[in-house]
Amino acid sequence: MTAPLLSLDNVTRTYMSRKGLFGTPVGVQAVAGVSLEVRAGETLGIVGESGSGKSTMGRMALGLEAPDTGRVALGGALMPALGTADWRALRKRAQMVFQDPLGALDRRVPVARQIAEPLEIHGIGSPTEREDRVRQALELTGLSEDHGRRFPHELSGGQRQRVVIARALITDPELLVCDEPVSALDVSIQAQVVNLLIDLQAERGLGMIFISHDLRVVRQISQRVAVMYLGHIVEEGTAEEVLRDPQHPYTQALVSAAPTPGAQRRQRVILTGEPPNPAARPTGCAFHPRCPVAQDRCRWETPALSQIGPGRSAACHLITDTPSAGMAAE
Amino acid sequence: MAGPLIKIEGLRVAFDGAPAVRGVDFAIHRGEALGIVGESGSGKSVTWLAALRLLPEKAVVEGRVSLDDENLLEVPVERMEHLRGGRVAMIFQDPASALNPVLTIRRQLGEALALHRGLSGRSIDAEAKRLLDLVGIPDAAGRLKSYPHEMSGGQNQRVMIAMALAGNPDLLIADEPTTALDVTIQAQILDLLQLVRRETNMALVLISHDLGVVAENCDRVAVMYAGRVIEEAPARDLFDAPRHPYACGLIDALPTLDAPRRLVAIPGVVPDPRRMPQGCAFSPRCAHAAPACLGGVPELRRLEPGRRIACARAGELDLQPAAVVPPVEIARPEVTA
Repeated sequence: MTAPLLSLDNVTRTYMSRKGLFGTPVGVQAVAGVSLEVRAGETLGIVGESGSGKSTMGRMALGLEAPDTGRVALGGALMPALGTADWRALRKRAQMVFQDPLGALDRRVPVARQIAEPLEIHGIGSPTEREDRVRQALELTGLSEDHGRRFPHELSGGQRQRVVIARALITDPELLVCDEPVSALDVSIQAQVVNLLIDLQAERGLGMIFISHDLRVVRQISQRVAVMYLGHIVEEGTAEEVLRDPQHPYTQALVSAAPTPGAQRRQRVILTGEPPNPAARPTGCAFHPRCPVAQDRCRWETPALSQIGPGRSAACHLITDTPSAGMAAE
Repeated sequence: MAGPLIKIEGLRVAFDGAPAVRGVDFAIHRGEALGIVGESGSGKSVTWLAALRLLPEKAVVEGRVSLDDENLLEVPVERMEHLRGGRVAMIFQDPASALNPVLTIRRQLGEALALHRGLSGRSIDAEAKRLLDLVGIPDAAGRLKSYPHEMSGGQNQRVMIAMALAGNPDLLIADEPTTALDVTIQAQILDLLQLVRRETNMALVLISHDLGVVAENCDRVAVMYAGRVIEEAPARDLFDAPRHPYACGLIDALPTLDAPRRLVAIPGVVPDPRRMPQGCAFSPRCAHAAPACLGGVPELRRLEPGRRIACARAGELDLQPAAVVPPVEIARPEVTA
């Protein structure tokens, strides 16, 4: 078995937040001890609601943020310290695609120049080589050279997202982290971008982290899925297993809440209560206040993420204690 | 059966000469839920903003919007202000920006209750509390003193729904009401809208870009493209067997939770309203385009009971969902705007 391309080992990240102007700063734990691995040629989908820590995970995977504790390794080597020359050199091996392509692009610069920018930053190639690579990157993402001469506002949303992807791929990265890359796009355009990402990954053997709140897109694109809730992974496994037969009550609620045309309204697990707030983490299992099957023990004891099958793990007392008892999806 | 509650006929909207809505007809009965889907720029929101006269002055609106026997486009402004929020209410995508940040929930709910129900004093408090209970806000009495920023997005959307319900509306127009919310909260809000509809026999127009949301919550669905309705059918029929190539394309483009299949993207982009293609607006992106499609904008025709389709080839096409078919190039004469 080859070593994973990316590994996060028990990472935590706490932000300091102040209540009011003169309040004492309190720690808000965005990621609370998460381990995961991504192999070359594999897509890991990370799903969760706002405040689950999924974006912070993505930023740590890229080294844009250093974990407070735990370690991040890319290609077997430890992530260098933020801002060092080594860290900068590593940037070309791992790239990011954001949700809002307009915000990620400079409005005053033609897009071809923006696609070339990473090459200039990393001093790759001569000017003519750079032009060639930009041309290839445009073609790869289904854009014409004419598109390259335009400004961001002259392109459609889907075309802009292609530009962002072209720019991310121009340094030939091994790892691509996509944070809600299609959430702002219309359905028909979303399909174009999703297909593009799937094809690029297959052609180039990229390792990919695909962060999204949309289970349907995650199902489409990921081989493996990790479900996050308040900074913890609560369930992990193949996309097929986790989304077809979710075991954790939170995953079950997410799957049942995903709207599906065609199927008439099924019996839903509708969660009561508010979305999770990292600043007010409940004791015990963080999900217990909204959990339809919570027991007394869940209030006090934090469940550990344990293996529940081959390549499949979950963090829930009810699963690990009494396998598959009372946890049917419907 | 009584006539429709609201009837839109030949509605057209243009901004600076660019058409945003190009002839739309709808009829909605009491207690019915109509879903409207379409991509950005399809005119799905503008249609209803125009019907409620919420568009800026520069918008040129033509047509007729009948609520029972009144034409909303012609009634005096004072009458419209009374009807809007009274018999017809609208909620929007972003509740935080639709609520006033410097007023308490009580003030904002109270304003609606005073205006549309003529309540005052204690009765406002009692009714405001009842509405917050109805929309599922815990500790309703305490929450009346809160400001919007002290509540979550889902709770603010519940407050917006409570405000919309304050006037006991016959029709609620919900424009992307759950798009800004997390999935589990989205499910709560949609469930709430269904509950309210059942309890009050209110009609609901649910505008969404998410076909899944509309399919699960509406009796009937209308698909809009480039300012026109291109297909309208019972929700089940539309998703089982779409008849318009664009409706079919939208469904094929949608990923599902079942086994992944190659998504079929619709090539190209929506047309610029100032440079509409000749004939059918979808024809440049359509896999089934034929010379017949250039002969004028296709009428929305009733082809079978309960189903209307605007496609010149609707009778002859046998659409196979999820088939990869490239668009057809047809000889296209230069169009002058």
